[in-house]
Amino acid sequence: MKLALKLAFRNLIGAGLRTWLNVIVLSFSFVVIIFMKGVMVGWDHQAKTDMTNWETGGGQYWNENYDPYDPFTFSESHAPIPSELDEEIRTGETEPFLIVHGTIYPQGRMQSVTIIGINPDQDIFMLPSHKLDTISDAIPAIIGSIAARNMNLGIGDHATIRWRDVKGMFDAAYIVITDIFSCNVPTVDAGKIYIPLQKLQSMSGLDNEATLFTFRDSEKPRPDISGWTLKTKSELTKSVDDLIKTKTTGQTVFYVILLLLAMLAIFDTQVLSIFRRQREIGTYIALGYTRREVVGLFTVEGAMHALFAALVSAIYGLPFLAWMAKTGWTMPMDVSDYGMAIAQTLYPVYSAGLVVSTVLIVLLVTTVVSYWPSRKIAKMNPTEALRGKIQ
Amino acid sequence: MKNSFIIQTENLIKSFPMGRSHFTALNGIDLNIGEGEFAGLIGPSGSGKTTLLNIVGSLDSPTSGEATVLNQPVSKLNARQAARLRKEKLGFIFQSYNLFAVHNVFENVEFPLLLLNYSGTRRRKMVMDALEWVGLTDKVKSKPPQLSGGECQRVAIARAMVKKPSLVLADEPTANLDAANSHHILKTMVDLNRELNTTFLFATHDEKVIMYLKRKIYLKDGKIEKDE
Repeated sequence: MKLALKLAFRNLIGAGLRTWLNVIVLSFSFVVIIFMKGVMVGWDHQAKTDMTNWETGGGQYWNENYDPYDPFTFSESHAPIPSELDEEIRTGETEPFLIVHGTIYPQGRMQSVTIIGINPDQDIFMLPSHKLDTISDAIPAIIGSIAARNMNLGIGDHATIRWRDVKGMFDAAYIVITDIFSCNVPTVDAGKIYIPLQKLQSMSGLDNEATLFTFRDSEKPRPDISGWTLKTKSELTKSVDDLIKTKTTGQTVFYVILLLLAMLAIFDTQVLSIFRRQREIGTYIALGYTRREVVGLFTVEGAMHALFAALVSAIYGLPFLAWMAKTGWTMPMDVSDYGMAIAQTLYPVYSAGLVVSTVLIVLLVTTVVSYWPSRKIAKMNPTEALRGKIQ
Repeated sequence: MKNSFIIQTENLIKSFPMGRSHFTALNGIDLNIGEGEFAGLIGPSGSGKTTLLNIVGSLDSPTSGEATVLNQPVSKLNARQAARLRKEKLGFIFQSYNLFAVHNVFENVEFPLLLLNYSGTRRRKMVMDALEWVGLTDKVKSKPPQLSGGECQRVAIARAMVKKPSLVLADEPTANLDAANSHHILKTMVDLNRELNTTFLFATHDEKVIMYLKRKIYLKDGKIEKDE
């Protein structure tokens, strides 16, 4: 094996440009696969971090009737704040939220919205809720940039909102936009209006009631509370996992195509080598190699392309990947309408496991592709090979 | 029981399938070649000299009969044993040199020693000795495409001789060389034969080679016509 490695190294270095063309193609696969996988991991990290910071916190208790995908459940999904959570709410470790379905009339138009009551002093989420702690002629409200664009509202603008109280009576009031925030979690932004919790409780006749609670600490054991469903952080971020899984499957097709192109180059080189190097093969056998050993030598030669490619990748790939990890990959178009938790700029995250597994997979595939055509050598007649006769 | 012959063949027959019939390349060859001989198989194309050389070199096996090389019956050797015989005891020189084009002169000559797993220091000394025999110590870094035909064949001789084999098989070694280079090569081989007592067996129909041979074995239609 040591000898095969030494000879393969000499043969590849000696082959010059032909070797380096294959190596560069293969190294391109390395860098692209590691980069794309890094982007997926980075996206996963970013999406989960953003969801934690903006939407889920360390986990939540939902009212048993609450279904975020069905606004018609909102009128039924509220209940008095359970005493088990009083202490945590007092210390700010858990925050109550009240959710009411409503309508907004910006500049005479009508749009369905979800009105969320939030404590202006909360600091579990990155929402600028402190902007609700203001005295104004209308109800202070904050909205996200997507909602602002859809409703054509800016800071300081007024609009009418309408809602139904606990008895089913319609009521309406003015709101004033005190801040517009920007976040990467569209479900926090689109169609949502945030107003002070106590104000919404009094508007809807639901004093001291809430729809859900968000707690900060995801590690702390949580008791079962009657009428409330515990949603752990991993349950709440499962949608990201599912999304990443779907995207990863799609990307795998891309990797396979990329690898196929690189492997085609290796396969082509191997097939050509076996035809072109008949005399050399015969000479190896004449000088004391068995045909099986020559097959081994050619396989090692092919597989060594992957090792060279890993080294070449390191030369230009490491700076490139490090640069991308630092500056991020900015999407060529606005992603706020994508409807999923994705940042405009994604920061790839690379792990040692990602790099090692990619190198091993490419090395393994290259070895198999190199061995495949080399098996032909085992059937060659050495005396005819010595004469360079095509077999 | 060991005998004093390096090569011994008994009623050696080799035939190749040719369409529905067979072509008999060797037809009952009985031949003994002793240690230190400088012999040649002489004959026109198709007379069977290369086939005989291939069998003696354990690159091919006889259809019937036996060829015993260095006390090893070729027809009974498996692939690994045959490779070991070639690796340890035999040297080959080919008409078209068969050098590794991407390796330099040193690496080409070093190759048989790599197979024998010799240490780096030992290899270096043996390679430089072999290159000194053929007068190419100043070309160690050159690659075959940078050498003349005569120089390439001298590298091939150095490669065949570097491990000091018991037997060197040379198939038309001067076919691609001019007269001056041919004489130079042959003188080198004669010197090596005399100094190292290496047995040489040629396959040739080149008059320049024939005049150097100490023993001439004429083949015709797969049979020994004359042995002198």
